[in-house]
Amino acid sequence: MTKKQKKMLYRIIISAVLMIAFKFVPVDGIVRFLLYLIPYLVIGYDILLKAWKGIKHKQVFDENFLMAIATIGAMIVGLVQSGDYVEGIAVMLFYQIGELFQSYAVGKSRKNISELMDIRPDYANIEVDGKLEQVDPDEVAVGTIIVVQPGEKVPIDGIVVEGISSLNTSALTGESLPRDVKNGDEIISGCINMTGVLKIQTTKEFGESTVSKVLDLVENASSRKSKSEDFISKFAKVYTPAVCYSALALAIIPPLVSQFALGSNPNWGEWIYRALTFLVASCPCALVISIPLSFFAGIGGASTQGVLVKGSNYLEALSKTGYVVFDKTGTLTQGVFEVSAIHQEGKSYTDAELIEYAALAESSSSHPISKSLQRAYGAEIDRNRVTDIQEISGNGVIAKVDGVEVAAGNAKLMKRLNIQYSGCDLVGTIIHMAIGGEYAGHIVISDLVKPTSKDAIAALKSAGVKKTVMLTGDAKAVAEQVAKDLGVDAVRAELLPGDKVSQVEELLEEKPAKLNLAFVGDGINDAPVLSRADIGIAMGAMGSDAAIEAADVVLMDDDPMKIAKAIKISRKCLRIVHQNTVFAIAVKLLALVFVAFGAANMWMAIFADVGVMVLAILNAVRALFVKKL
Amino acid sequence: MKKTYKIEVDCANCANLMEDAAKKTAGVKTATVNFMTQKMIVEFEDGQEPGTVMQEVYKNCKKVEDDCVIYL
Repeated sequence: MTKKQKKMLYRIIISAVLMIAFKFVPVDGIVRFLLYLIPYLVIGYDILLKAWKGIKHKQVFDENFLMAIATIGAMIVGLVQSGDYVEGIAVMLFYQIGELFQSYAVGKSRKNISELMDIRPDYANIEVDGKLEQVDPDEVAVGTIIVVQPGEKVPIDGIVVEGISSLNTSALTGESLPRDVKNGDEIISGCINMTGVLKIQTTKEFGESTVSKVLDLVENASSRKSKSEDFISKFAKVYTPAVCYSALALAIIPPLVSQFALGSNPNWGEWIYRALTFLVASCPCALVISIPLSFFAGIGGASTQGVLVKGSNYLEALSKTGYVVFDKTGTLTQGVFEVSAIHQEGKSYTDAELIEYAALAESSSSHPISKSLQRAYGAEIDRNRVTDIQEISGNGVIAKVDGVEVAAGNAKLMKRLNIQYSGCDLVGTIIHMAIGGEYAGHIVISDLVKPTSKDAIAALKSAGVKKTVMLTGDAKAVAEQVAKDLGVDAVRAELLPGDKVSQVEELLEEKPAKLNLAFVGDGINDAPVLSRADIGIAMGAMGSDAAIEAADVVLMDDDPMKIAKAIKISRKCLRIVHQNTVFAIAVKLLALVFVAFGAANMWMAIFADVGVMVLAILNAVRALFVKKL
Repeated sequence: MKKTYKIEVDCANCANLMEDAAKKTAGVKTATVNFMTQKMIVEFEDGQEPGTVMQEVYKNCKKVEDDCVIYL
């Protein structure tokens, strides 16, 4: 509890004790009133003061005003009619208890959520004269060697210069599998070093490091307000005056009507009491507090899963996603080429030998295709075995491996060498191989689909996404094959980078107005499309500034499954927001109706107010739990 | 120019009121109050001195919510 909250607690206790004690003091009339005035002022002086200041500043209609009017009214009713002052005091007392509870609960949940998101490193270790010294990460210059011990957070982005270790990246990516790093690997801040001591040469300043950027993004996310939040603040502005005038009408009209129209007893006391109760019951706190808290919890929960949402408005937009448009390379596929099939011919060489020859022949090339052959070969390449390398641009390579002539390349190369080759019905890049002048077979290289892509599309479908579209610059045959494998509804192939924007615009025209279109890209060259779509989702964007800048939602790792997860998180959050909105307004209206017809007294009104608020807060915090979605 | 200030405010509705008050202050282009992180982000109009504008913002916020604190 804060100091303020403690003070309030003491005031509540003192006032409650006095109120009960005075019940046993046998005095009447004005003395009794003055006596009861003590606990009333103890508990309510600040409310009265605030109400007075509000009137002075022409900010009349707020909760303080409501409470002041209601309780002063109750005290006056006590003085002139019943001699019962307990009600006025009790109402103030309950109101303050409610406020205290609200501030405590909100403060607590705010802290919990913030802690969950808090990946801020407090210090960096620098070695000075053989001893480790803790310094503020802000003061570490680029290029400094920092030491990260097991169990510590990596404070600044950099490159490992010494040591091997496993990193826990779950705070950033939601991925629980540890990542191994060794000498020369890039390392991003925010990860937790688990096993070995690492020496890291920093490549960025703290403010520019991943962890700072992520924190900045998440912390400012709830500043971008959603439509639901705007609705609430507009609602509150209309609601409070409306309630005040209704209460005034309730106090004046029925007694006047009964006195003059019906000629019966006006019963002023009863109607004023009802009007005051009406004011007490009307407080819009539950609504006003629970909506931003829900969004805050939702954004916090998403960030623990490696999904960064840049604002409450985007979380809201995400929940209405109906169309999902993907970029192919790097989003649904890994964007790295790999050997996917080997077809040898004539059985004179095994698959392994074919790869070996291809890798050796292409050993001097840095083309992605050559790299993938070298990777498939796996072993260290002994360059002494390769001589007379001839690169024929656009065709392939001819080289001598162990003295034998090896030709590796496309169909054009085979034609050029007058070698009979056989075609292949697989999709991808085909490398034909001729060894010693004889056709030996071919290797198929393709961009591998991510292992979770298929499931991801299925998950989107089951989450209610109407249409999935894949955009790619690849050849039609390749694109259609991939689309079919993954279960994507539509595919637009052979696009130039500029075409993607016009394709997305076309789809934006086509989709029903109620549904949103999300574009998912790897963020490297998709910035214009990301900003054109209703929601731009950047993938695997850890450390990529352009993507974080352009996208509305950032998925920290490469897993396309996270798209469906992000949508589910947003839906859950919005569901809670709607529940709270409807629930709070409904209970409020119901309570107001009960009060107006005299079916509820002031105590019940207060209980209704505090009860709704507590339930709404508890419900809001539920948005945080998204792990199992 | 945009600046972020740490604030202290107890209720969400008061935060909304503060936001309105800040927005209406002369020299402020737009303002957002984030109740959850207890921050106020103020964008100033060109050529305005944030220090003096913020004094006014603080005064106006005090009017709508006496309990609030802005750490200038």
